[in-house]
Amino acid sequence: MDGSSRLEDDTWTVAGRTFRSRLIVGTGKYRDYAQNAAAAEAAGAEIVTVALRRVNLSDPGQPMLIDYLKPDRFTFLPNTAGCFTGEEAVRTLRLAREAGGWDLVKLEVLSDAKTLYPDMEETLRALKLLVADGFSAMVYCNDDPVYARKLEEAGAVAIMPLGALIGSGLGIQNRLNIHLIVEQAKVPVLVDAGVGTASDAAVAMELGCDGVLMNTAIAQARDPVRMAGAMKHAVIAGRQAWLAGRMPRRLYAEASSPMAGLI
Amino acid sequence: MRLSVNGEEREFDGPAALSCLVARLGLDCRKVAIERNLEIVPRSAYAATALAEGDQIEIVHFIGGG
Repeated sequence: MDGSSRLEDDTWTVAGRTFRSRLIVGTGKYRDYAQNAAAAEAAGAEIVTVALRRVNLSDPGQPMLIDYLKPDRFTFLPNTAGCFTGEEAVRTLRLAREAGGWDLVKLEVLSDAKTLYPDMEETLRALKLLVADGFSAMVYCNDDPVYARKLEEAGAVAIMPLGALIGSGLGIQNRLNIHLIVEQAKVPVLVDAGVGTASDAAVAMELGCDGVLMNTAIAQARDPVRMAGAMKHAVIAGRQAWLAGRMPRRLYAEASSPMAGLI
Repeated sequence: MRLSVNGEEREFDGPAALSCLVARLGLDCRKVAIERNLEIVPRSAYAATALAEGDQIEIVHFIGGG
């Protein structure tokens, strides 16, 4: 891609679906669904993650997510948040498939409530169950290149390593591992979890990721809608920097002004 | 008849179809997904699905999540 290529032409494809926005946003922790929808718009997101839970039978008239975030505007990516076994994940996503009518899903199988760290052994087992059931699963995982490869071999349509723990906002803790995962993957790689501010998102993209998924960094900013806009620009900037190819790192200075002709 | 709906025991006048339960609960069937005794019921089959004593019903929908 040369400098004249238009931003709109820079697309990415997952499971046969093509998107322009490389920023996937969550829909949790917002003040209300109206703020959530405004932030998703400001982020320029085309995909939003959603969770599946029991309807509140005592108050069936309470606001519903799909009244604010319209399924014809956003691709819903149902998650398996709160699932600790493969069977729970499959049961949840079968219901999500019935509710949403599509099979693109986000698999996350967590190990414990304190770290929400992915249980990779169980994640891999759950992925195999989902693939056998016809799902296209984007998989939340640790930043281990070996497991990333195993997930890809088992049929993951995207690899989504954590930058840091969910909701921690600590930024990408192991750039080398993210780089290794990007380098070997033949499916899209998206940093999922750990982004705290705009520069973290830019770093993810500068490492060559195809996209970034975030929730708390936007929802818990003082001004979520403004932060959503900042994240949109950070993802674009990081992506453009990756495509442009950064200069080599040098230990010592190299003058920008020529020495010849000095008075 | 007695049903378990989202983990709560409920009395419900029967015989009735699943679509009646959804209407009685004040829910929009286009916005939910339903499991009956751990089997998903396709939305198109709500009217044809007869409820039975002791059925375990789960009614879910999309909410905010990351």
